[in-house]
Amino acid sequence: MTLAVCALAYGSRAQTANTCLDCHGVLDPPLRVTEAQFSQDIHFQKGLTCASCHGGDPTKADMDAMSKAAGFRGKIERNQVPALCGRCHSDGNFMRQYNPGLRTDQFSQYQTSVHGKLFAKGDTKVAVCIDCHGVHDLRPARDSRSNVHPLNIAQTCARCHSDAAYMKPYGIPTDQFANYSKSVHHEAMTARGDLSAPTCTTCHGNHGAAPPGVDSVKNVCANCHVFQAQMYEKSSHKTVFQSAGLPGCVVCHSNHGITHPTDAKLGTGPEGVCMQCHSPGDDCDRARVGLLASLTKLDQSIKSADSVLGVAESSGMEVSEARLQQDQARDSLTKARVTIHSFQPKLIDQDIQAGLKIAAKDLQAGKAALSERDFRRKGLGIAVIFILITLVGLFLYIRQLEGKPANG
Amino acid sequence: MKIVKQVREWIDERFGWAKLTEPLRHKTVPIHKLSYWYFLGGITLFLFGIQVCTGILLLMYYRPSANEAFESVQYIMTRVQFGWLIRSIHSWAANLMIFTAFLHMFSVLFLRAYRKPRELTWVSGMILLFLVLGFGFSGYLLPWNTLAFFATKVGTEITGQVPLIGHTMMVLLRGGEEVTGATLSRFFGIHVAVLPGLTAFLILIHLALVQRFGMSLPPSVQAASKVNPSVVREMKFLPNFLLREFMAWYIALGVLGALAALLPWELGTKADPFGAAPAGIRPEWYFMFMFQTLKLIPSKILHIDGELLGIGAFGLAGAIWVLLPFLGGQREKRGGRLIRGAGVFALCYIVAMTIYGYLAK
Amino acid sequence: MSNEDSQQVRPARRRLVEILLGGGVFASVVSFLYPVLKYLVPPAVPDLGQDDVVAAAVGDLKPNGSKVFRFGSRPALLLLTAEGEYHAVSAVCTHLGCTVQYRSDLHEIWCACHNGTYDLDGRNVSGPPPRPLENFQVNIRGKEIVVSRKRGV
Repeated sequence: MTLAVCALAYGSRAQTANTCLDCHGVLDPPLRVTEAQFSQDIHFQKGLTCASCHGGDPTKADMDAMSKAAGFRGKIERNQVPALCGRCHSDGNFMRQYNPGLRTDQFSQYQTSVHGKLFAKGDTKVAVCIDCHGVHDLRPARDSRSNVHPLNIAQTCARCHSDAAYMKPYGIPTDQFANYSKSVHHEAMTARGDLSAPTCTTCHGNHGAAPPGVDSVKNVCANCHVFQAQMYEKSSHKTVFQSAGLPGCVVCHSNHGITHPTDAKLGTGPEGVCMQCHSPGDDCDRARVGLLASLTKLDQSIKSADSVLGVAESSGMEVSEARLQQDQARDSLTKARVTIHSFQPKLIDQDIQAGLKIAAKDLQAGKAALSERDFRRKGLGIAVIFILITLVGLFLYIRQLEGKPANG
Repeated sequence: MKIVKQVREWIDERFGWAKLTEPLRHKTVPIHKLSYWYFLGGITLFLFGIQVCTGILLLMYYRPSANEAFESVQYIMTRVQFGWLIRSIHSWAANLMIFTAFLHMFSVLFLRAYRKPRELTWVSGMILLFLVLGFGFSGYLLPWNTLAFFATKVGTEITGQVPLIGHTMMVLLRGGEEVTGATLSRFFGIHVAVLPGLTAFLILIHLALVQRFGMSLPPSVQAASKVNPSVVREMKFLPNFLLREFMAWYIALGVLGALAALLPWELGTKADPFGAAPAGIRPEWYFMFMFQTLKLIPSKILHIDGELLGIGAFGLAGAIWVLLPFLGGQREKRGGRLIRGAGVFALCYIVAMTIYGYLAK
Repeated sequence: MSNEDSQQVRPARRRLVEILLGGGVFASVVSFLYPVLKYLVPPAVPDLGQDDVVAAAVGDLKPNGSKVFRFGSRPALLLLTAEGEYHAVSAVCTHLGCTVQYRSDLHEIWCACHNGTYDLDGRNVSGPPPRPLENFQVNIRGKEIVVSRKRGV
């Protein structure tokens, strides 16, 4: 049947230089590779053919193309893939002909990764190049349809790492993607379209993928969260966590399911983190209570200023300047929440006081607007009194004119 | 008061002021139990004067372009000293004026002051009523907020439904196929130039006719005075009646100030032509009865498009209303009852439909 | 009341009425005219502030200095380099909206919330900001520094 189809194809397209697709385009999977598919492949677009990886002679028609003499290798086995890709991609001189900007250390990085190390021991279940990058319709990473585009990376990793049955021999959790999907980083990427938000490879690396290691976690987070890391470095918690072998930031914030931190983290509810280690009533607990109180105080004073300004606005008063200042107050609250990572109440208090001052001023502005509104109403009252006097005057004048009780 | 006399003499020596105002000084107003209704026309005129003054003041700061209209009104409300007062008075007086205009029309109808020889006074008054509604419709768009934008869209859409000329009318009104900044420019020009000019002209005619024919006596009072002449007494217009009118105007001024300070007119949000229409979009109250009627009409009545029928009905009603004095018929009594019946029906219909329109949301 | 009495009462009464009427009319007219006259006086901020704003006067800023001013409803940053060039950008950080500031020691624009940095034209250089700050046109008009939104392409 296959031969018959190939023979039919031979008659119509004997001229193409990539004759492989003539047959393989109409075969059933897993042998099926269509022209539509392969035309999307970056290798094809750069002028490579099937023979570049699989060997053989792409100019010959029919089964002659798959000649062992011409170097035909047939299907590339999984354990041969990295070496095959690396044959070109690790060769700087070769790659320069195509894209001088591409790195050529992927294979050596791969060898340092967990995948690479297990692969070297003969495990072919681990990821090899084609598992992430695709094959036959391989797109560059900057193409949003590529499996390794930042928006798609998490799903690509999850193909194995969320498959409990597949991952059973390795004894690691498979809830990373589920947790990550709930995280604020995932939201930044999908909802806000921020491509610089972290995905799996940001913290784990791509080719050299491995967990950062307990001591290095905070270094990884510190790449973006510079201030928090700087404060944490100088804080009491750093030495304690380090000597206890605890992974820094992850202790309070978790690794994959990093949700938006709220003041509740300082509380005693389900989201509270402090009491996981500290005992109720000790110095730290007292400090925690104080911190939570001052953060709440600032938050509420901002909100109350907002509500007074809102009332003033809906009465028709101009309060846009104060509204703008409220942003500064909110900035102070943000800064205070960052300074928490120093675990020094005095430092945190500085930001809180700055914010309280601004919020108090804005509250004043709101109250001033309301009193201006009341002033207007008083002015109206005065005008109405003048009008009433005039009305009485008119009334009496009319009576006077007409010399007797007037009509109407 | 001495100064007033001196100034009057100075003017009289040059312009014959005394001779000009002679008829006015002889003018009398019949006073009877229904004469309070005579104030309505004057109040409407006074409110128009307020609109002209506040309108001119608003013109000092308003910018009629889609980019800046909303911001300029916001500027007036928040930055300009007493801008909030001027703008709120303008918005409130507009609504009050439409209300008193309608009331004036109905009172004239029920007091039967449209009869011979006052037919043209009625016609000019009806045209003035339409102009006032035009003022309301065109002015409403000028702040360029969401409610106004979509209300205008719906309103001009309905105009487009009129057979044959509807589409052309709509395009002329909108300055294009859609409501855009071009619509705003047009409405602005109509609101501050075209309509004021026409209205001023018609007011002069209307007032001249009122002067010419004097105040009409309602038929019931006329009948009563034949029996007992003391039911009616004549009051001089100058200064007695006019002073009373001033009292009414001053009360109106106080009411306007109170409304502006206690219930300031809201700004709304800036119109976004590409945004979705807010739920429950509806016109201002003076168009509500028509709007509600159109909503209630079934989509097809005997193969004719329901909306078309509604528009046609209102058009016909409007035409009949303008020509009311001429439709009295030969026998006055019967004509009177017919028109009175129509008036009662119209008044009840308008009030009921307006209330219904607001409750139905 | 006899006729004679009413004749005597009338002048005083007349005076009272005159005062009431005249005074009332005068006072109420003043209470109408006062707002109208105040209305006509141009406000301190003469323009709508949407597209063109006078950010400062020449000489307000020292070289390597900056000022946060209001542009429309959002803050904007005007800075003067040591070489005498004015730059104006939106002061709303494109990361999470904090107000940025000019760092005279680093000669760059910096956001204190999460350490985002921008160059003097607002281009995001490092840290979390995903997009540059909106860049504005600066013109000197006499003694005024006018900042306006860039028009055209």
